[in-house]
Amino acid sequence: MSVKLKFIEEKIARGFMLLSILIVLFFVLNVLYAVLRRGLPVLTWEMVSSLPGGGFYIGKEGGFLNAIVGSLYIVLASTTIGLLIAIPVVFYLNTYLKKTDRFAYVARIAYDVLFGIPSIVYGAFGFTIMIYLGLRASLLGGIIVESLLIIPILIRTLDEVAKNIPQDLLDSSYSIGSTRIETIGVVVRQIAPAIATATLLSIGRSIGDAAGVMFTAGFSDSIPTSLSQQAATLPLSVFFQLSAPQLEVQDRAYAAAVVLTVIVLILSLSGRFIMNFFSKNKI
Amino acid sequence: MSIATTFSWSLRHAFARPTWTLTEPFAVERKFPRPSDVRLAVDNLNLYINDAHILKNVSVSIPQNKITCIIGPSGCGKSTLLRTLNRLVDTNEGIKISGNVNFGTQDIISAKGSDITEIRRNIGLVPQRPCPLPMSIYDNVAYGCRIHGIRKKAKLDVIVRHYLEAVGLWEEVKSRLNAPANGLSIGQQQRLCLARSLAVEPSYLLADESTSALDPISSKKIEELFVKLKENYSIVMVTHTLRQALRIADYVIFMYLGEVIEQGPANEVFNNPQHSLTKNYLSGAFS
Repeated sequence: MSVKLKFIEEKIARGFMLLSILIVLFFVLNVLYAVLRRGLPVLTWEMVSSLPGGGFYIGKEGGFLNAIVGSLYIVLASTTIGLLIAIPVVFYLNTYLKKTDRFAYVARIAYDVLFGIPSIVYGAFGFTIMIYLGLRASLLGGIIVESLLIIPILIRTLDEVAKNIPQDLLDSSYSIGSTRIETIGVVVRQIAPAIATATLLSIGRSIGDAAGVMFTAGFSDSIPTSLSQQAATLPLSVFFQLSAPQLEVQDRAYAAAVVLTVIVLILSLSGRFIMNFFSKNKI
Repeated sequence: MSIATTFSWSLRHAFARPTWTLTEPFAVERKFPRPSDVRLAVDNLNLYINDAHILKNVSVSIPQNKITCIIGPSGCGKSTLLRTLNRLVDTNEGIKISGNVNFGTQDIISAKGSDITEIRRNIGLVPQRPCPLPMSIYDNVAYGCRIHGIRKKAKLDVIVRHYLEAVGLWEEVKSRLNAPANGLSIGQQQRLCLARSLAVEPSYLLADESTSALDPISSKKIEELFVKLKENYSIVMVTHTLRQALRIADYVIFMYLGEVIEQGPANEVFNNPQHSLTKNYLSGAFS
């Protein structure tokens, strides 16, 4: 290939890459625009700071504070539980098991499969178990199902990075006499950026998930005060208001969507900031 | 050392500042009891990795307070032998070992549980490529002491400073002890790794081509450190550079295809090799 052709080839390739970015940006901005255009004008402080009044879902006064708080409860609790389970799993897979271990192979395939299961299936699964145990829809049920949903995401994301931890680093830690469990401090510091990314992914997945919590967390007009009470969530709030016939109620659904987007943004940025703070030592 | 401790260290050291100045007097005393018998001897060691015979009937005894160089062409089992001495071979797959490796009265091959960590504390490793832990400079040196139960800040301060001075790094890093260790140059990182190994008071230092990734000046510094350190430690060194072995070795072990061909004091092996393979290797016929 002549030198000139090479540069033309590069230009074409660059054009395609730019085009892909623009297509993605176009749709993202379009979604944001659609949400903001209908949501922002009707979004008031009353909506985010008060509980739904008597006729909120037919257009009377009130807000969706119940859904905001319910969503935050479920997301924060399930992300914490998810991390507490996923980090030890990843640590075990990469430090205790050898690279060609059959068990690790099977476990990784299992997590891949779980990764792809839609949240409605998790919801139905959780619902079956709750019926079996005689539980009613509750905050606890929602938290458990969301934890199940995000654990595979956390594990797969962390595992890809943990696989690349240099053996030298682990050897260095072992060679001053630390046991494998003491090496978790080294591993966690080394994969801190991945923990941030995984946390962001899972927050995004669990806060936007409506199907999983529909059967398990239920819906209520008040803020749950105990784990056994039903809890409202923002996606469900959006769903109920969007299915109302009144236009002003539908607009409120968009306002709820705006709040949802802002919460995701805040959680993402703070997660990234905190983890960057801890990952400055990475090799 | 749990996740909670990790977080608390990070938090504490993100805001902490170095607390001492150079004029402060300090003394470092021994923290761990020295084993009564620290002889290291390998007897009739055979090692297989996935049915490949890597070490064949290896018998060597490591002299005390000397620099022992293991030389030989690539793939002759030098590194494997070194990693067997402190049981780091455990991390490899499909390992089968027979024979004896004795550290004092302790059998290294059959050691279990806390015996292994104690062996590894006593037989430190300086890796091929500098590999600081993902922590600050201070924590890198203090890490070993912390996991072995020394947690008092005042005591750790003394230890960190002592060992950083021992490797000649103190003057260079004293103003940025809480900076990430990966900000140091490669040569400094290797000296930091050395300080980290020394801080847990080993009797032996295993150096697996510790200077091969360094520039000439840094590797000269490491070599000088080894020569200085052999007063108190026995050093076992794998090296690819024959000239390095000529410079600093007191005792030489020549290996070829998993067998020990010749071993003895450096001047005897270098000046009057008994075996034809050794002669050929020293004259540069193969490498």
